[in-house]
Amino acid sequence: MTLTPFVRYSGRCAALPRANVDTDQIIPKQFLKRVERTGFGPALFYDWRFRPDGSENPEFELNGPEAAGATILIAGANFGCGSSREHAVWALAEYGFRAVLAPSFADIFSANCCQNGLAPVRLPGGEIDELVRRCRAGHGAYRLTIDLEAQRVTDEAAFSAAFAMEPYRREMLLRGLDEIGRTLLEEPRIAEFESGRDAGYGRRET
Amino acid sequence: MTPRTLFDKVWDAHVVHRFPEGPALLYVDLHLVHEVTSPQAFEGLRRAGRRVRRPERTVATVDHNVPTGDRSLPLDDPIAATQLDALARNAGAFGVELFDLASPQQGIVHVIGPELGLTQPGMVVVCGDSHTSTHGAFGAFALGIGTSEVEHVLATQCLVLSKPRTMEARFTGTCAPGVTAKDLILALIGRIGTAGATGHVLEYTGEAIRALSMEERMTVCNMSIEAGARAGMIAPDKTTFAYLAGRPRAPQGAAWDRAVAAWRRLPGDAGAQYDRRVELDAGTVAPQVTWGTSPGMVTDITGRVPDPADFADEGERQAVERALTYMALAPGTPLAGLPIERVFVGSCTNARIEDLRAAAQVARGRKVASGVRAMVVPGSQQVKAQGEREGLDRIFREAGFEWRNAGCSLCLGMNADVLRRGERCASTSNRNFEGRQGAGGRTHLMSPAMAAAAAVAGRLVDVREWA
Ligand code: SF4
Repeated sequence: MTLTPFVRYSGRCAALPRANVDTDQIIPKQFLKRVERTGFGPALFYDWRFRPDGSENPEFELNGPEAAGATILIAGANFGCGSSREHAVWALAEYGFRAVLAPSFADIFSANCCQNGLAPVRLPGGEIDELVRRCRAGHGAYRLTIDLEAQRVTDEAAFSAAFAMEPYRREMLLRGLDEIGRTLLEEPRIAEFESGRDAGYGRRET
Repeated sequence: MTPRTLFDKVWDAHVVHRFPEGPALLYVDLHLVHEVTSPQAFEGLRRAGRRVRRPERTVATVDHNVPTGDRSLPLDDPIAATQLDALARNAGAFGVELFDLASPQQGIVHVIGPELGLTQPGMVVVCGDSHTSTHGAFGAFALGIGTSEVEHVLATQCLVLSKPRTMEARFTGTCAPGVTAKDLILALIGRIGTAGATGHVLEYTGEAIRALSMEERMTVCNMSIEAGARAGMIAPDKTTFAYLAGRPRAPQGAAWDRAVAAWRRLPGDAGAQYDRRVELDAGTVAPQVTWGTSPGMVTDITGRVPDPADFADEGERQAVERALTYMALAPGTPLAGLPIERVFVGSCTNARIEDLRAAAQVARGRKVASGVRAMVVPGSQQVKAQGEREGLDRIFREAGFEWRNAGCSLCLGMNADVLRRGERCASTSNRNFEGRQGAGGRTHLMSPAMAAAAAVAGRLVDVREWA
């Protein structure tokens, strides 16, 4: 799979400052039956975006006109916790998000993001609070620039914060890498490792 | 050589290569596959013209969206049927063994792996499912992965991973009667929070853990992910070996003796260091019940729903307020006595034979309260058959419980087993997230005995008063 490299990206922001947003909320299970990687965007945050009668819930943060078209999500701590479903990342990406900023991410979610060109950017809680304030004050016009090469988030009003990312994951995002292709370059090492192991494992019952 | 932890030893034994940027290429001994997180991975292989590198180390089953009612009927959900068909097609095309709906060994992936003896000490086990942590009960490093990683493991039999840090959770003392493995792990999550172990592998130690059966250890490790951990592990010992001996996929004969000798070297060395430690006295743990929408929102059954005003942190206060609104609970409400409409005994946390026995012991000779719908969903068809041999199905049916076929069922509500909006459920599963068991449904997590007691009483009760 080829991905759009994530190098330096500017976009409009939306804020969802809730802690512990789990992947069951990001993409509820009734939408997990698809066998494709696409078609999940319309179901993003379904139970929050829509009321039981199917109408839009005007109180949900992403439903207002200010959040329309936003491509950077400013979120709360432990974002993406719970189920390993990569569908959550597919849904966020298909909805239009290129990056999520949060004080912390669940481990599996963060790995899933990097597999799909969605940048998980970790900033201290205080910085996130500040971004939420600026985003709200901007009424839909607030923009951030994420420079993955310099590992820095900036806005047009002197906000500037550094962030760290595991070098391997960062590299994947920067180059839009196919991780499988990369690992297969190590094929001889894998074969050598395997040759030293018990070959009896997993043999079928007869 | 520096003393190593259990995790260090398993990790070191699986490093195929270290990438210059830091992470390792880690060899995977066992890859478990299910219908929901695998179709896109197989599709990716197909598009790239790749094969499954080690089909004999790959095992598939159907669990997440299978119906748990009458299996002789055609599936009434066409989309679920598509997903089951896709797995059957993929397993056939790529040479992967599949335990399908017709198989007497079908069941929840984290129940059948151990049951068949596929899961063994010292292994690296992965599955596109966060509760893969369950298998760590055997002293395996077992972790949930995303679908892209599933595809990666199918193609390469390896996973790219940075070495997590380690955290010891020591349980001292002895559990009081009526207190179970579920209560231990819920109490730990209540203490450290749902992100308390993020980036870490939890190793559970201490005499209270040593005293647990294998099935109880699986319950503990299962919910490691609910503390944010990458995995949970328990060092193998004679309890582990006794459980595995004679299982169909466990080594036999001379191979068994060699395996046990190797497994005995897995426990951490004296003086091995963990990056973090937490200690809990099992003797002080009471039966636990969740009151909110995250597993960390938990307290003793003798406790009360907290008041948001008591939380100093603004974010936490808002989260508690949201949770109480969703759960329709007023601050200060005692948990014991809370009326429920549904009961679910099931899931990869608590649907093994010992769990069903514990629930049956409470249900025996009693009746489910009127207005309550209670379901027992065995974790696998083998657990179901065992339960029937022991007459548990009769006990449950006579008490008014439904006795169903194996699957994830009401744990995540992908099939027809769902809560209706506003229904309150006593559940032995692992997640009480908003809508997890059905949009608008309200979940209270607890042990099997507590859930069975709730079914009979029609409200949450302290099972210790029922002995
Ligand atoms: S029983 Fe529940 S938690 Fe376990 S694998 Fe199935 S859906 Fe996931």
